Amino acid sequence: MSDALSTEFIGRQKAWLRPAHLTRFALIALGLAFLSFFLFLPLAAVFAEAARRGFPAYLAALSEPDATSAIKLTLFVAAIAVPINIVTGVAAAWAVARFRFFGRNLLVSLIDLPFSVSPVIAGLIYVLLFGAQGYFGPYLRSHGIQIIFAVPGIVLATIFVTFPFVARELIPHMESLGSAEEEAALTLGASPWKMFWTVSVPNVKWSLLYGVLLCNARAMGEFGAVAVVSGKIRGMTTTMPLHVEILYNEYNGPAAFAVASLLAALSLVTLGLKTLLEWRYADSLAARRKH
Amino acid sequence: MSASATRPWKVPSVLPGFGLALGLTLVSLSIIVLIPLAALAIKAASAGWADIIAIATSARTLAALRLSFGAAFVAGLVNGVFGLLLAWVLVRYDFPGRRLLDAAIDLPFALPTAVAGIALTAIWAPNGWLGAIAAQYGVKVAYTPLGIAIALVFVGLPFVVRSVQPVLEEASREVEEASLLLGASHFRTTLSVILPGVLPALVTGATLAFARAIGEYGSVIFIAGNVPMVSEIAPLLIVIKLEQFDYAGAAVVGMLMLLASFGLLVIINGLQAWTRRRLGNV
Repeated sequence: MSDALSTEFIGRQKAWLRPAHLTRFALIALGLAFLSFFLFLPLAAVFAEAARRGFPAYLAALSEPDATSAIKLTLFVAAIAVPINIVTGVAAAWAVARFRFFGRNLLVSLIDLPFSVSPVIAGLIYVLLFGAQGYFGPYLRSHGIQIIFAVPGIVLATIFVTFPFVARELIPHMESLGSAEEEAALTLGASPWKMFWTVSVPNVKWSLLYGVLLCNARAMGEFGAVAVVSGKIRGMTTTMPLHVEILYNEYNGPAAFAVASLLAALSLVTLGLKTLLEWRYADSLAARRKH
Repeated sequence: MSASATRPWKVPSVLPGFGLALGLTLVSLSIIVLIPLAALAIKAASAGWADIIAIATSARTLAALRLSFGAAFVAGLVNGVFGLLLAWVLVRYDFPGRRLLDAAIDLPFALPTAVAGIALTAIWAPNGWLGAIAAQYGVKVAYTPLGIAIALVFVGLPFVVRSVQPVLEEASREVEEASLLLGASHFRTTLSVILPGVLPALVTGATLAFARAIGEYGSVIFIAGNVPMVSEIAPLLIVIKLEQFDYAGAAVVGMLMLLASFGLLVIINGLQAWTRRRLGNV
């Protein structure tokens, strides 16, 4: 009897907890309307504007020499910036998540610092160092090295804005795993490198992939920091986002949106893979979500 | 033993690779982040007090800072309201497409800012999909501060949703049930039981969105109009000063923004500690 009572009680509780259907409907509709205006409509606009002049014009906009060189430069910059950030991110995560030392919290804050700096400032700092009137400007000029208004500056600015991505995914995951397995590997006679490659890396491979995914998306899509250091020399120092800006400012909307649609497609693929990782490997990535 | 004697600042560990990992981290951090940021501080300071104050208090700088902070604040408020609503809808309701919607929240993180910028401009320009409708009512969106606020709402949206979501998921339903059992209405329960619980996370998320919005550049410059004193944001002012080779001026404005970011960072850390304390009490 008490069972029946408590079941009924819980049932009534749930009925009370459930807000009126009208409220639920109104809130979902309001949320959907907001997302449509601010998220889905802009995304749809990219593809609609890109398709406006038909498929041949779309292909032509993507295959003209300045566009292909922008695509190549974007891939090239990401191919340098992402591996560098993987190495430094893994090193930082290893130091921070596996050891306790003085200044550890400060180090974590400093690694995260680029996220709180405006992209324009990320470009500005390299101009101040390496620009024609920068601190190292005269030295670089006398040695014939160009960093600002050239590819090295673009790479540096990209590394800056993507610096925290890998470490910030790895640190919480490695901390939640603990070091017992790694200590076991050492005890069983594995060399440090063998332990690292057969225990440490496989254990965190999904959060590493997650971090790399986000790092790559940002590296290929970065605009502000790269715009400041690039000089925007057509076909030479223009990445895809910068090429979009140039075309747009020349009132060549359809071509700008054609290149933009590639970047939008990249972001959708990134989002899809990221969501897949979150659904499939929720346990490994849980530490991140709870953060 | 010897390790702890040589490194009194580190807890001894059997794990290898500390020196290599920390060394690599410090070297890359110094080259990429610390030395360049120090150069900014030195350059700004080298302008001298009189010039720093003159640049910082010039009408154009003040207008740009006011616009950046004002639009970011408005966007933070809008994101606070709708971010809370979206987090609530995503956590508490089950409906077809909920997981897809949940995934879509991160779109502003993934979409390159320049792409977002030209897309928002295409929509809100006077001949755009929504801009044309707004124009009929005499409202100009693109190329005004209103357009800037809309772009900033776009970039800041995920921060609030992702801050509030985990707190709502973990919020104890028992307290809510108690409130309802004691006769409080749903509205009253929402206002005095649920809202205080998520408030720290909500404020944290809105502050994160605000901090991001202050420095935002790519999504804003296309829709902003960029008229000095009216629709010129602070990051754009830095770019313009750089293009005029006014390095000192750019460094001073950059330093002001950096100091504002650091101030916000301290506030955010405090807010996160508040969130943890509040969650610990529940």
